Amino acid sequence: MKARLYTALSVAGWLALAPSTVLGQAATAKSANSCVECHTGLDEGLAHKMQGDIHVEKGLGCVGCHGGDPSQADQDLAMAVSRGFTGAPKPSQVPAFCGKCHSDAAFMKRYDPAERIDQQAEYLTSGHGKRLNQGDQTVATCISCHGAHGIRSVDHPESRVYPTSVARTCGKCHADPNYMKGRLPTNQAEHYEKSVHAHALTKKNDLSAPTCNDCHGNHGASPPGVASVANVCGTCHTRQAELFRKSPHNESFQQLGQGECLACHGNHEIKSPTDEMVGTSKPATCVDCHAEGDPGFTGAAEMNRSIAALARRLGEAEKLLARAERAGMEVSRARFGLTEGHDALVGTRVLVHGFSPGLVKAETQRGMSIANQTWKQGEQALEELQFRRKGLAASLLVIGFALVAVYLKIQQIERAQK
Amino acid sequence: MKTTTDFKERASGRPTEAQSGAAEWLRNRLGTSPLEEIAAEKTVPRHRHSLWYYFGGMTLFLFSIQVVTGILLLLYYRPSAEEAFESVQFIMTDVSFGWLVRSLHSWSANLMIAVLFVHMFSVFFLKAYRRPRELTWVTGVLLLFISLGFGFSGYLLPWNKLAFFATRVGTEIPRVFPFFGDFMMRFLRGGDEVTGATLTRFFGFHVAILPALTTLILGVHLWLVQCHGMSRPPGPGYENGKTMKFWPNFLLRDIMGWLFALGLLAALAAIFPWELGEKADPFASAPAGIRPEWFFLFSFETLKLLPAHLWFMEGETLGVLAFAVGAAFWLLVPFLDKRAARGLPSRAFTAIGLLVLIYIIVMTAIGFLA
Amino acid sequence: MNSVKQDVRDEMERMNKTTRRSFLDYLLGTSVGAVVVSICYPVLSFLTPPRVAESADLTVVAGKVKDIPPNSGRIFKFGSRAALLVRTPAGEIRAFSATCTHLDCTVQYRDDLRGIWCACHDGHYDLQGRNVSGPPPRPLEQFKVNVRGDEIVVSRG
Repeated sequence: MKARLYTALSVAGWLALAPSTVLGQAATAKSANSCVECHTGLDEGLAHKMQGDIHVEKGLGCVGCHGGDPSQADQDLAMAVSRGFTGAPKPSQVPAFCGKCHSDAAFMKRYDPAERIDQQAEYLTSGHGKRLNQGDQTVATCISCHGAHGIRSVDHPESRVYPTSVARTCGKCHADPNYMKGRLPTNQAEHYEKSVHAHALTKKNDLSAPTCNDCHGNHGASPPGVASVANVCGTCHTRQAELFRKSPHNESFQQLGQGECLACHGNHEIKSPTDEMVGTSKPATCVDCHAEGDPGFTGAAEMNRSIAALARRLGEAEKLLARAERAGMEVSRARFGLTEGHDALVGTRVLVHGFSPGLVKAETQRGMSIANQTWKQGEQALEELQFRRKGLAASLLVIGFALVAVYLKIQQIERAQK
Repeated sequence: MKTTTDFKERASGRPTEAQSGAAEWLRNRLGTSPLEEIAAEKTVPRHRHSLWYYFGGMTLFLFSIQVVTGILLLLYYRPSAEEAFESVQFIMTDVSFGWLVRSLHSWSANLMIAVLFVHMFSVFFLKAYRRPRELTWVTGVLLLFISLGFGFSGYLLPWNKLAFFATRVGTEIPRVFPFFGDFMMRFLRGGDEVTGATLTRFFGFHVAILPALTTLILGVHLWLVQCHGMSRPPGPGYENGKTMKFWPNFLLRDIMGWLFALGLLAALAAIFPWELGEKADPFASAPAGIRPEWFFLFSFETLKLLPAHLWFMEGETLGVLAFAVGAAFWLLVPFLDKRAARGLPSRAFTAIGLLVLIYIIVMTAIGFLA
Repeated sequence: MNSVKQDVRDEMERMNKTTRRSFLDYLLGTSVGAVVVSICYPVLSFLTPPRVAESADLTVVAGKVKDIPPNSGRIFKFGSRAALLVRTPAGEIRAFSATCTHLDCTVQYRDDLRGIWCACHDGHYDLQGRNVSGPPPRPLEQFKVNVRGDEIVVSRG
């Protein structure tokens, strides 16, 4: 009991002190913090911004990054180089500035034993890092993406590098034509916004859907080379990558120096693929290389035919079931069978990446027989509906007869009564 | 005491061989039944508004369809939140003719309420509630309330989304009563929220409590109708002295009406099977377009249109209290209408009835169009 | 002469009436009988319990314990959807929705991977139903498993 009371009191006391100690290094009561005292006057937003900062939450204050001595009231003493004061780093100094702690395994282990410490090293291999080394002060450094004050943990939804925010954060520079003038095109963010990946991430809230850094890397950000595209896409789309590597395209694409996946799917603006992408007329991508008469052209036509036929048949069966269902018929068992047909169709769409018509055909045939079976069940349901209609007609007929008979009977009785 | 031959001649002129054989056989063993005497004696007045006499019988017929189909549904229905929806789905899809039985039950319920309203208003406007039939009217209005209770409780039983939320709104209403409002809500819901407990409770109301009350009150109602005979409306034009024998003339006409209703119900059930909707999910947000069954729509719409504050109290409270007062008034009409009791024309009550009727129609229309 | 004719006419009239009457009674009897039959037939077939297994979604007997050896899995019908019954290498029995959270394919148990696998896009789930690699965005829904005697009873819980 006593212990609990003590805990409650100390928590209450801590809460009362919290606002004043947010920026203090160690939460020692009443110690004056001259950083906060002066800088609040200079920049009112700063103290507010720092609330929720991961460093502050872990107990690091201003000095943790900038050095100096907050116990000194005098500005010169507090910000004396002799007391470790470093001030604000220039862009070229930023990686080392952050790396002071973040590259120090012993130090980081105190906060998170699983935390990686290779960001700085990786950064130096990136397009950004290389240019920084060449003296370009305009490229992105740590703080360009993570922010300087008010840095959130990367898995905090308000973090600028949270999956849903990454595209905006990169786009700050990469979508700005003035900023990127003479360096890179600036349409990537715009293209990405239209892609199936962006849709999955922002509309379907699938945080595992890729954004900029999932293909380009984050600290080591650079465009993947043509040779590694299939590897990059294949980290998620493993089955397609596996099929592709066994396909006849694998070798020929390498010889042509084509970026495997992007030859058909593009890079930033990757649309949700459609069945029409395989075929012999636009929007099919096959015709980009194959012309009438070569075996690839015939193969594409064949795959297109069998996939379209399966999709159509499944659609018809589905429609038939929907019709029966609307009429109040029981079709849930047939629907259950139809999911298997749907499996076959989805499977076929993956098998296309093997670019072998035989492979596709076997799977579509399996789906086709399921679709036909479902179709039959739908028809049976509609037959039952016809039975109901006929039953209704028969019973209405019977009731009508009875009505007439009763009517005649009344007539007869009343004539007799007169 | 009438003799059997008397009856035979009175009743049907000349009964056929088969009829008289079976009837004779029974009569020799049971003696003359009171039903026969009633049938022999009972007459129905004939005048230009005789048509309305058929609606009472029609209500009774539809009610008996409710009893039969209701009992059938009981064989497969399961009154719990986990199974109710699935069991109704099972009835609709797997049980042979289950779709028919359930659709009949739903359609006949709605038709019954409609016919009941027609019956009630015809009785009202023809002043059939006047002395000595006050208690017939009172039991009739009580039966109306019970029927509405049947409708309200039955609506929830399939445990679908719309019914779930409509019930949540509906059971909220008694809360506005001072002192015992909260208790009434808890009583209806079987707890603070609409849950599986509410479903089980509504099931109990629907298949046990309300049917028991109905049996009792309907018995009194029919007995009173029998005691007093059919009312001939007051005023000129009705005192022509013409009558029609109840059996066979009136009842056979009744039967024609019932056969027609049976055909109509079969057609409605076969062509428009009653929908099941989606299973209720207590944690889902309320769907758009929650509305109660059509016969509650006028009161639902009134409460919606009332301003938040009226005079010194909340608009909704006032509305609900007004409905309660209105219901009490309606129940006591025969005792309030002194002129009709003396056989004089009472225009005031005709006017009130018209106003109520117009109000209900307009509000229901607004509710449908909204 | 005249009176004889009259008699004959009367007699014929009477006969006519009787036939008309009995025909009407016959019609009335048959049609009312037919109405009764058309009511009784649906009622009686309603009373006959349907042969198909009831679709009580919530509790399903998924099979017998002895039919599912450790490190194996099998698909069973759970309501209107497919579900996967898994017996872990350690012998524990678990049940999951078999609908892949990616594009609604039906997943399967892979004894070589000791995990749940979706063939469509190579999605992998661990034995807790968690999506561990590949495209699936969410874990599989897990169902409650009870073993009643030799029967495995799966329910949504």
